[in-house]
Amino acid sequence: MSLDFTCYPDLNNFPYFRHMDEIIRIETLSKRYAGSDRYALKDLSLSIRKGEIFGLLGPNGAGKTTLISILCGMIKPSAGALRFGTLDYHRHARQIQRQLGVVPQEYALYPTLTAEENLQYFGSLYGLAGRDLNSRIAEGLQRVGLSAFRKKNIKTFSGGMQRRVNLLAGILHRPNVLFLDEPTVGVDVHSKEVIMALLHELNQQGTTIIYSSHHLNEAQHFCTRIAIIDAGSIVVEGKPGRLIASVAGATSLENVFIHHTGSQLRDYA
Amino acid sequence: MRKLMASAYKEVLLLLRDWGGLAILFFMPAVLIITITLIQESTFKAVGESPLPIVLVDEDNGEIGRTVASNLREAPNIQLVTEEDDKPIDKARARTLVSEGHYQIALVIPEGISRELNEKVSRNVDRILGEFALVDADTANAASDEREWKTQEISIYFDPAAGQTFRNGVKTNIEQLLAKVEVRKIYDIFIDQMGLEEDPGLLNGEIITFKETIAQKGNDGIIPNAVQHNVPAWILFGIFFIVVPLGINLVKEKNLGTYIRLRTSPVSYAIVLGGKILTYTVICLIQFMLMLLIAKYVFPLIGLIEFDPGGQLPLMLMIALVAGLAAIGLGILIGTVAETQEQSAPFGAIFVIILAALGGVWVPTFIMPEIMQKISAFSPMNWGISAFYDVILRNGTAADIAQPLAYLFLFFATTLLAALFYDKRNKTS
Repeated sequence: MSLDFTCYPDLNNFPYFRHMDEIIRIETLSKRYAGSDRYALKDLSLSIRKGEIFGLLGPNGAGKTTLISILCGMIKPSAGALRFGTLDYHRHARQIQRQLGVVPQEYALYPTLTAEENLQYFGSLYGLAGRDLNSRIAEGLQRVGLSAFRKKNIKTFSGGMQRRVNLLAGILHRPNVLFLDEPTVGVDVHSKEVIMALLHELNQQGTTIIYSSHHLNEAQHFCTRIAIIDAGSIVVEGKPGRLIASVAGATSLENVFIHHTGSQLRDYA
Repeated sequence: MRKLMASAYKEVLLLLRDWGGLAILFFMPAVLIITITLIQESTFKAVGESPLPIVLVDEDNGEIGRTVASNLREAPNIQLVTEEDDKPIDKARARTLVSEGHYQIALVIPEGISRELNEKVSRNVDRILGEFALVDADTANAASDEREWKTQEISIYFDPAAGQTFRNGVKTNIEQLLAKVEVRKIYDIFIDQMGLEEDPGLLNGEIITFKETIAQKGNDGIIPNAVQHNVPAWILFGIFFIVVPLGINLVKEKNLGTYIRLRTSPVSYAIVLGGKILTYTVICLIQFMLMLLIAKYVFPLIGLIEFDPGGQLPLMLMIALVAGLAAIGLGILIGTVAETQEQSAPFGAIFVIILAALGGVWVPTFIMPEIMQKISAFSPMNWGISAFYDVILRNGTAADIAQPLAYLFLFFATTLLAALFYDKRNKTS
């Protein structure tokens, strides 16, 4: 059975995406948490195009999680403008959230529920129901090799199995934009291959992926464009090959990363 | 609506697979209501229904000692103890037995008290009758002679653990008994000195009697007992204990990462909470019915009085529903504010215990100090208990419980809004 992860709804059917390439526009975005004397994000501007695999890299505390949290609608920015196509984030939050998929670094699943029950619940939050929901769950579980375990509690799953269900829970509603936070952390090579293959498949079908990770090697090969963020601002942005070429003597994204962010530890409290 | 039902179904599944949570929700309140009612019932019986053992040391061996002994022996709620291992108990031993807690009360009738009383009363009667020339002059003169009377004291030893109220009650009863003996003595001597051959029967029967009636609305009211006091109180305590698993549920959700998924999905936090409210409300009602069934069918099997809702079940159900909502609101607030289970579980449990103590679950509010009574008026548990008592003990109607129910609902709305406000503030801060 082949899996159809065609984006739903197709972006080209939406008037505000027609003839447009840009899917997310961020303008002078700032965020300062209450009680904090420093900005987590400071005047950050960025444009993400439809169909990209956009890598968001940076040292700990650079502002990646804050940026993703704002883009997912979890927290509100202190200042700046944010658009999803032609939609304003502030005014059309629910409408935008329906088109977003989120795969957090944590296993965002209920351990005492089965894989199927978890997926049924999270699918229903996006308005999926009945036969459509069940067939998507069956197809998804088959695609990640977990059909035989659909009735097993998540707590009995290995880390790799949980990661795969975690990913399925984020893409069941076929989002237009998928946020991934360390999607392969702590998994074995086999699980990682399945996850990365599925992500490529989704991207080929039109899903824009925004990927955050400390796996620079994985990012180098997976992403079509990368932004390195530090101290709440973007320090460099471009295609991985160009970024490597832009730094004298650099052979990997890691060299670029160190070049732009330095070698000192980033400890914040 | 579908999202709400899906959220509620998820909560049901989570609960069904959490044996610890189910134990807190159903087993613990059931154990609690049985244990506490048994304990309180036996305490109630100790001062009420079951015989209270009283040690009597009769050093007098006269009429007073015999009369006191016979009155105590005939009293339905007193068990007279005069011997230990077939040996008479003396004054020193009686004091030891009470001080060691074997008995709560000992009564010592001193030597010669009957003789002294007899003599004193005879002289007084003779003096009075002499003034009316009803006795001869020698007798009247002898009665008029000043004589110093030795004060006779009846000693009562109390267990140090006995409360002041209990001591006062027993003392009053013994004083009444002695007063009766004195009156009887005076009466008998009058009859004797006046040379009446037959007792005119002036002391037969009570001149003034009491009729005890429980003030209730209507005539078909049920008489309150310990069970009817305890069952609603502990049902309410059990319902409010839902705060603990609900708080844990919310904190767990945050720590698991599922919170991120919920917050990034196109569903309002109110819907997510709505699923929890719906599920836990049903749990509260099941819990209520379970405890009611225990009180009705299990209590008689273990020697407790059967709890009879007396046709007030619909109103009781209404109270349980609104009290459940108040408890759920509190649980949601605690779960929203707490960051770890170590914060939410102990805080929730202790807070509920404080609310219960203030609300009159353990000690009725009317015997609390005035300041505590004022504070008690702010406990949602107090509103719930007073609504239950209005319905069960006072045959109240829906209109009678409207005010406490409104308070409970307001508490639910306030705590829920506070949780939503806190959550929104966190989102924007």
